[in-house]
Amino acid sequence: MKIKNQNRIPSKYILLILIVVCGILMGAEQLTGGKGPLSFVANYTIIPMQKGIGYIGRWTGDMKDNFKTLDDLKKENEELQSKLDDMTIDNTRLRQEQYELERLQELYKLDQNYADYKKVGAHVIASSGSNWFSTFTIDKGSNDGIKVDMNVLAGSGLAGIVTEVGPDYAQVRSIIDDESNVSGMTLSTSDLCMVRGDLKLMSDGRIRFEKLPNNDHKIEVGEQVVTSHISSKYLQGLFIGYISEIEVDSNNLTRSGYITPAVDFSNIQEVLVITSTKEDLTQNSSDSKGE
Amino acid sequence: MKRKIITCIFIIAAFLLQSTIFGRLTFSGIRPNLLIAITASIGFMRGRKEGMGVGFICGLLVDIFWGGLIGFYALIYTVIGYMNGSFQRMFYEDDIKLPLAMIGISDLIYSMVVYVCLFMLKGEFEFIWFLEHVMLPELVYTILVTLVLYQIILHINRKLEKEEQRSASRFV
Repeated sequence: MKIKNQNRIPSKYILLILIVVCGILMGAEQLTGGKGPLSFVANYTIIPMQKGIGYIGRWTGDMKDNFKTLDDLKKENEELQSKLDDMTIDNTRLRQEQYELERLQELYKLDQNYADYKKVGAHVIASSGSNWFSTFTIDKGSNDGIKVDMNVLAGSGLAGIVTEVGPDYAQVRSIIDDESNVSGMTLSTSDLCMVRGDLKLMSDGRIRFEKLPNNDHKIEVGEQVVTSHISSKYLQGLFIGYISEIEVDSNNLTRSGYITPAVDFSNIQEVLVITSTKEDLTQNSSDSKGE
Repeated sequence: MKRKIITCIFIIAAFLLQSTIFGRLTFSGIRPNLLIAITASIGFMRGRKEGMGVGFICGLLVDIFWGGLIGFYALIYTVIGYMNGSFQRMFYEDDIKLPLAMIGISDLIYSMVVYVCLFMLKGEFEFIWFLEHVMLPELVYTILVTLVLYQIILHINRKLEKEEQRSASRFV
């Protein structure tokens, strides 16, 4: 037994070897730009387990809903009914405007319809376990046609962007993450701004916007912010959130403030992935122009 | 062999818990770091080599699923496993103070490295804010969870050690 122990490599050298391996891995990813075989292995080991847990979680959530009392449901139904009435009125008004818009667009020969992006639904199966970043994993991957840089919606608003894809899973970085930068635009005045995620605001569920030009356009609290037309990764016109605070910067040239996102990031269960990326769209349009 | 399988199950269970269930059990948006607790405890129970091995696997999992650059977290976890392994001689099963202190210090070192490499270099110098709102809450929560988790690891480690002694004495 003792002789065997002496023949073993001392732990110092193993540490050195592992450090070198880590270094090589970091370098290799820089060169190849992907996790390759590792994400493949992960896809068939960890992802099925996470899917299972996600499924159980959803099932218990459904069970909990089953025990809601009749009174609660009636109350909710009434609320929803009144909301629906409001929405119907809004909808008729908007539809009229839509017809007008289409007519005008035809006149201008503009052919862009932002609402008609194709979407794929997916479940969120796990979140990032780190306290520093806000990413989550969804249960669809390259087998379902998901690609890097596809935009992800939750409910009515923009939730994030796909950063990594495995065969049956994809990693999404949410817009409140510290590394996230989205080029935004105020809806009514089309002024551009940068929407930056910040770890310090993550627990409040707010995001910061910056570099909104301080021009004559009056922008008030409650203004809607959508993704802009100049962004290279985000499709135009996706709803980010409402401005909750705004003030003029000390340089007097720009304005900045906070946005309350449309998505509740503490509780995302289902998301929609838009299956066309901005790159596809811009390339298509430049191709057709070239012909 | 049995020990290796059980250790792997531990790591995967901790990883899954941290990414799914503890995502719901956060206190003001902070969740505990179970993987550090596992790496550190196996480190000082079993020595440097196993600590490093466990750390490397934990780090790789973090890199693949939560991190950006592969190898970064693997490096931190490996070094933490090695460091804890160096304290194996001071470790007595009945004393819970050393394990708690070691896990706490490991978690703090981990947070510091993440802050310096991924945040300070980006120009976020408000160290005190990060310390108060991320590092210390995570440390406290991790230690609280460790109080339970550590007993389970210790119990299973004891059983495995007994079994190994039995099979070793059979050969003599």
